[in-house]
Parts: sequence; C-alpha cells; structure tokens
Amino acid sequence: MSGPQTKISSLSYPVERVTLRNGLRVVLAPDKAAPVVGVGVYYDVGFRSEPEGRTGFAHLFEHLMFQGSENVGKARHPQYVQGAGGTFNGSTHPDYTNYFELLPAGALELALFLEADRMRAPRITQENLENQIAVVQEEIRVNVLNRPYGGFPWITLAPVAFHSFPNAHNGYGDFSELEAATLDDAAAFFTTYYAPGNAVLSLAGDLDPDETLRMVERYFGHIPARDVPRRPSFAEPVPADERRGHQHDPLAPTPALAVGYRVPDPLSDLTAYLPVVALSEVLSNGDASRLQRRLVQRDRSVTSVSTYLGTFGDPFDQRDPLLFNLEVYHPAETRSADVLAAIDQELARVADGGLERGELARVQARLVATILREADGVLERTLAFAVFEQQRGRAELVNELPAHILDVTEDAVRAAATGLLAQGRSVLEVTPGPADAGEQA
Amino acid sequence: MTGSAVTGSAVTLPVVRPPGPVQLPAVLDQTLDNGVRVLAVRRPGVPVVEMRLRIPALCGQSGEQLGPDAAGRTLLAETILTGTAERDRQRIATDLQSIGGSLAASADADRLALTGSTLSDGLPALLRLVAEVLVSASYPDDEVDGERDRVEQEITIARSQPAVLAREALLGRLHPAHPYGTELPPPGAVTAVTAARMRDMHAGRVSPDRALLTLVGDLDPQEALGLAGDVLASWAGAVGAAGGRVPDVPAYPGGPLVLVNRPGAVQTNIRLGGPALPRSDERYPALQLANIVYGGYFSSRLVNNIREDKGYTYSPRSAIDHAIATSRFTVAADVATEVTAPALLEMCYELGRMALLQVSAEELGAARQYAVGTMALMSATSAGLASVLSVLVGSGLPVDYLREHPAALARVSAEDVLAVGSQVLAPAKLAPVLLGDADRVRAGLEVLGPVEVAAESPATGGRQG
Repeated sequence: MSGPQTKISSLSYPVERVTLRNGLRVVLAPDKAAPVVGVGVYYDVGFRSEPEGRTGFAHLFEHLMFQGSENVGKARHPQYVQGAGGTFNGSTHPDYTNYFELLPAGALELALFLEADRMRAPRITQENLENQIAVVQEEIRVNVLNRPYGGFPWITLAPVAFHSFPNAHNGYGDFSELEAATLDDAAAFFTTYYAPGNAVLSLAGDLDPDETLRMVERYFGHIPARDVPRRPSFAEPVPADERRGHQHDPLAPTPALAVGYRVPDPLSDLTAYLPVVALSEVLSNGDASRLQRRLVQRDRSVTSVSTYLGTFGDPFDQRDPLLFNLEVYHPAETRSADVLAAIDQELARVADGGLERGELARVQARLVATILREADGVLERTLAFAVFEQQRGRAELVNELPAHILDVTEDAVRAAATGLLAQGRSVLEVTPGPADAGEQA
Repeated sequence: MTGSAVTGSAVTLPVVRPPGPVQLPAVLDQTLDNGVRVLAVRRPGVPVVEMRLRIPALCGQSGEQLGPDAAGRTLLAETILTGTAERDRQRIATDLQSIGGSLAASADADRLALTGSTLSDGLPALLRLVAEVLVSASYPDDEVDGERDRVEQEITIARSQPAVLAREALLGRLHPAHPYGTELPPPGAVTAVTAARMRDMHAGRVSPDRALLTLVGDLDPQEALGLAGDVLASWAGAVGAAGGRVPDVPAYPGGPLVLVNRPGAVQTNIRLGGPALPRSDERYPALQLANIVYGGYFSSRLVNNIREDKGYTYSPRSAIDHAIATSRFTVAADVATEVTAPALLEMCYELGRMALLQVSAEELGAARQYAVGTMALMSATSAGLASVLSVLVGSGLPVDYLREHPAALARVSAEDVLAVGSQVLAPAKLAPVLLGDADRVRAGLEVLGPVEVAAESPATGGRQG
C-alpha cells in the first residue's frame, strides 16, 4: 500500500472577474472538459437576515423568484431551462440565497436572460404568493413535522447554542408567520436585498470568456443600481458555560443527541478554522476515525455518530458565528452522559496526546480528495467560486484550498480540540415519545 | 453571437445553440479470464479515479427460488470491509485514507456493489485492497456481532420514516413473496444472521462471473486494465454462482386502494406503482418521455397541477426504476392530510390524460431535450460517467447505448408516447398505496373507489406477502 506520501495535486482553474457598473460582481471560470456550463447567482441574504415576525421569509422569497418575471411567465422558468436540456434549483442558507442552473453549453445565453429578468423585475402576484406559502408548508411537513427527527438538529440546536433572533430562529419559519406574508413584504425584501450590487454571478465550464462577458453586459448591465444593505454583524459571545436543551419527539424510535461547539471565524481566520475541518475528519469520517472507533466499534454504545461544520454541513459556505456539530443516534440503554463523557475523552486525547503517526497526512489526503472530487462537477465548481467570491472576493480559493489543507499542522489540530473543550458547549437531547412522557428515557 | 437583445418591451427568448454529438470518451472494454468484465475510461481533469464494481445475483442461485433475504445481503454489505486475511478493519480504513480513498459496499436483491474512489496515484493500492476483500474477506465474529446490533438499530430508525414505510408498502404490494418486495430487512431479522452465514454467502455469491468493474478518471486505460487483470487474477468463481438469478417476477395481481393507517399523520404519502418496460425494449424511449411529461421533471403536468396550481404538495414526482428482472413505473406525492383525496384525483386525472390523449408537440420537444441534455450532464463528471456506465452495462446494455440513445429519443412521436402511455401509465394498471391517518382520509378516498385499510405495522414490514 502506498503510504501517506501519495502525491497530491492541486487545481488550477483560471478565474476572471468583472464588476458591472450596477455593482454586480461576475466571476468566469472557463474549462472545456465537458460541453456543459454552470450558472450561479448568489444574493447576499439568508435566513439570518429575515425580519422578526417573518420567520421563513427568505426561503419563501426564494420560491417566489421562480414564479415568473417581467418577460417570463409563471412556470416558464423551469420549462425553458429543462426544455433546453438543463437542470436548476435554488436554496436558502443562513448567509445567502442561491439560484443555479447546469446546462448544455449552448443554453448559456438563455440562462443569463432568465436570471437577469428576475434580478431586474420578478412578477409576484397574490395568487402565486398564496400558492407558494402552501407549497412551503408542505415542504416543512415532509421535512420536519411528519417525520421523526424532523429539523434535528439544524432547527432545534440553534436556539440552544444562540440567543439572538438572527442566529436562533427557525429558518423554515413559523406557519402563522408564513401565512402573514404580504406582497408588500416581498417588494421590500426584494428592493433591499436583491440589488445587483448585493449579488455575485458565477459562470463556469465550457464558455468563451469574451463572448460571455458581452452577453452578461447585455442582459445584466441595464439593471439599475440600488443601494446595497450593510450586512450587520451576527456575532454572539462564545458561551463560557454549557447550554442544555431537551426535545421530545413522538415519532422518533430511539434517542438522539446533538452537540454544538463554536469555531473560529472562517473568513477572518482561515488558518485557525482549517484545523477544525481536519479535526472533524479525524473524529468522525470513516472506520479509521476516532469517534467511530470509540463509540461505534469499541463501546458499541451508539448507532451512528457524525460531525460536520456549518448548518447544512458545508464547512466553507457560512460566516461567523457557526457551529461544529456533533450528531449521535443511540439506543435507549445508552446514557447520553456516557456519550458526552466519551466525546470529551476523545477530544482530550487529541488536545493532550496529539495525533497518531501518519494520521494527519491520511486525513489531509482524504480532505483534498474530497475537494478534488467535488470540483470535478461543473455545477459544484460554479457554486464554490460564487460563495468564495461573495464572502471573500477570492473565487481562486477553490484552487488554493488543497494547499491550505496540506499546511495544517498537528499542533493546530490539537489547538482546535483544546478550543472546543475550553468553551461551554451546547447540548440538545431528543427523547422519543410525547412531551408528557417525562424524561425517564 | 446568437439570441437577441432586449429591445423595448418586445422580448425574444435567446436561441439555444443545439448540442453537438454526444462526446463520450473511448471505453476500453475487456473481459478477464475469470469472467470479470472491465471498463476503463480516461477522463483527465481532476487527479482522481472512480471505481464501481457490480457483482450480480445476490438473492438467489441457479434453480433456487429464494424468498426475501434482505437481512443476509444487508449485513454482508455492512461487514464485507471489516477484515481480510491480511488486514483488520482499522488497517483497511487507514490504508484507504492514505490514498485519499473511499470504499463503500451496498447490496440489493440484484447485486452487491462496491463504490470507491482514490487520488489517481492510489489506483494500484485501491485495486489491491478490493481484490483482497473479494478473495479473503474474513467477517470476523466480533465485528459481525457488533455490526448486527447496530444495523438492527439503523433499520428501526429507517422504518420510522414515512417515506421508507410507504415505499416498502408499495413494493410489498407489487411483489408479494418476492425478493423485490422489500428493500429493508424485517425487524429482528438481522439479529439472526451469523458470521458463519456471512462467510458462506460470500463464498457462494461473491463470484467474478459476470462481475463488472468500471474505472473512470485520470488513468491510462490499458495500464488500468493490466492492473485489474493482475490483482483480480486470484479471484476465483464459486461453483454454481454463475447460474445465480433472480426469481421471475409474477404479474401484479391488481386490487383495491390500500390505505396504511398512520394515526396523527399531518400528511399522506401517496404512492402508485406498476410494471414498466426495460431499457432494452424498443418502446422504452417513448416511455421515458411519457414519464418525463407526466411527472419526471419539474416542468411536468403533475408538478404544474398539484404543486404550482393547487399547492397540495412540495415534491410530486414519477420515475421508472429498473431491476434485473422487472421495471417499475412509480408515482409519489406527500400531500397535506386534508387534500388527500383531491390530490389522488388529480394524479389519476393526469395519468388518464397520458393514457388517452396525445401530448403536445411542445411538451414532447421539451421532454426530449431534457432527456438528452440530462444524459450529457450525468456523464460530465468521472463519478457520474462511472455510475452511468456501471448501471447501463451492468443491466445488459451495450456501451454504445450512451451514444445511440439520443437518436432513439429523437425518433419518438406523440403517437408512440400515447401507445406506451395507454399501456404503462393507465391508472387502472397501477397499484395505489397510501400511508396516512385513516380516520381523516378514508371517507374522501372511498368517493373514488374501494379502500382497504391496513394497520401500520413496522413490526412486519408493512404488507409483505
């Protein structure tokens, strides 16, 4: 078996960038490996920015952006994209809302037209608003209300770990607040947050940069500039003492446990953040990882354990504050206190004892391979360029990330583990059964 | 430059430049002496290689008519990577990490699959490990004991998910007493499987005969083939495994709407399913387009009706899925409890339209473009191309299917779509299975036809035959 010295290559996608007069930032990354293009539009607004009393509005508004625009009728956006052989979607995150297409190269101009039309003038009617409120409610039922562990832990851990409305509230939204949404809310939200200067357009794949820039100018250039909102700080102090939450889930067959730890700011301190990414891999990815070995293979006390960074598990798409999440499902016989004690022991083993011989190099190889495999997809690449350009003005980080991962040191991973142990973690326990069943489980 | 500028209020949609012919890289295709077929494709770009290995017929051997054995195959997949003659579980895992590799096993009634990847320099090490697992997986007693209990708990969690229960109920209804009738072991079944049984099963079923190894990525195809030949040479065929086959699939017997009671459910999981055509059937391209027009993509009639017009549901969809011995057409929608019957009415109305009336030229053209385009998108990454090749060739189709299928789609007429629609999408030919709160939805459903209420019984895996 070749050892940890396996050669690790990097990425070298060329990146060009232009800012239009209206403030729209454009990133181009041409690559002819496949006759496919990716288009991503990132608006710098996520559910952390939605107003109190309107929980779920950023996500609802994402749905409304598919309901037609000045020159595109209802239901036509999907028809145009898919009828050109492409796929599309949108998603709402704590810090951004994105819209994206993956298409045969010949359909690039169509996608630019469609994205520009809705950036300029979405057409939202009362009927479409009511329709999409109903659709979003069904989305919430299928993903949260009608299933066990619904919203665990992304919705339910947040109010344990955070106390401010932007960080703590449910980004899917409260049904009554969704139902209260009005066309005026939508107009105000669009005017404030969907300004061209608050967006990044990312284009990657089989495209000609000069021709593409002319098309971008033609479709997006005439969208009037608007004021760009200042992004508020969502900072909260790192808790000194442990926080606890308890949830009863009548649909769950077994208990579950989530633990959240605060981590260094990925934007201002990438050097301190990447060791936490490596620590997550050390702890929970694959049969060689420490929590798998300890909890699954040795103690046999849990059904599964996983760790990940960020609300939805992408370590690189969220700004501060964000969590290192630990998610455990375990049989009723296992006491959560024992699981927590074992986690503490394993963190202390890293913090005090460091890593095994070769462990860091193995973990680095895995992390880099994961990044390379993701970059093979034109759409995944398009989205990574967009998020790095939006947060950092540095789409090139896609290319640079493998080298940064290889720069992580053992001492830094130890320091990352120490950082988790030193703070007040946030613990959420899920107990099967209705709330009146008590906590004897 | 194509397209037209935005001028005043009259806006013309930009023209889509038609795609060129399918750009499929050369596929080296050779069968080793022990029966393993190897596909190797060079796809430079990122320095990674993707591996797919399919080993057929996990559910039965020649002449046997085995019932469902989801427990055996599930535990086999969960423990095949826990030890070999030369490496323990830790060593397997750390050696994989060292090459930036991944390796996972999964099993269904048709095949065992090993799915892996590695930094390109690690390909020899990955293939040596895979060969070692195939030849000498040891299923250590202690590892199997630990996994058995854990897998049982995972099955318990899976069986608490309504989507899983609805799928199981539909499959049980379509394929009673057949291995295809369930995808999950029944509760408790895994706890009865022993390590000795795993070793027997491996010896009897994990055979190179008709196995398919697909390698795609930053590699030299001839070198990769030579490497595979060298490392896999010691993998010998188990006698008898060559005849392994899935039992014939009996015709769907028909029957009333089955409502599985899930008291308190705030949604009803509606599922419809019935027999479809295999990919090798000459009418299959027409069926593929019929499915897309009906519910196979966002721009479908089903989505436009019950989501975008009526707001009954978030993610309604239809699909054709293929097993070795059968193909299925399925429809799924999770709808608010109070609109259960109206949603089912619309789903059947749209099915009826597909079975009775021709689709429009615009709908047919869009579906055709979508089918051709998404095939190209799926093949545009090494992982995607490896999976597509493995699935298509593994189900008996030629490699050229990827090149030729767009032309077959181009020949489909609206008459063809109607002909196949009346055969496969006719509501009368589909089994309806619903999972929901019977007290609240039964009366509405009885307006549409006879209803048989079944108790929710995860303890027996829903309606198994």
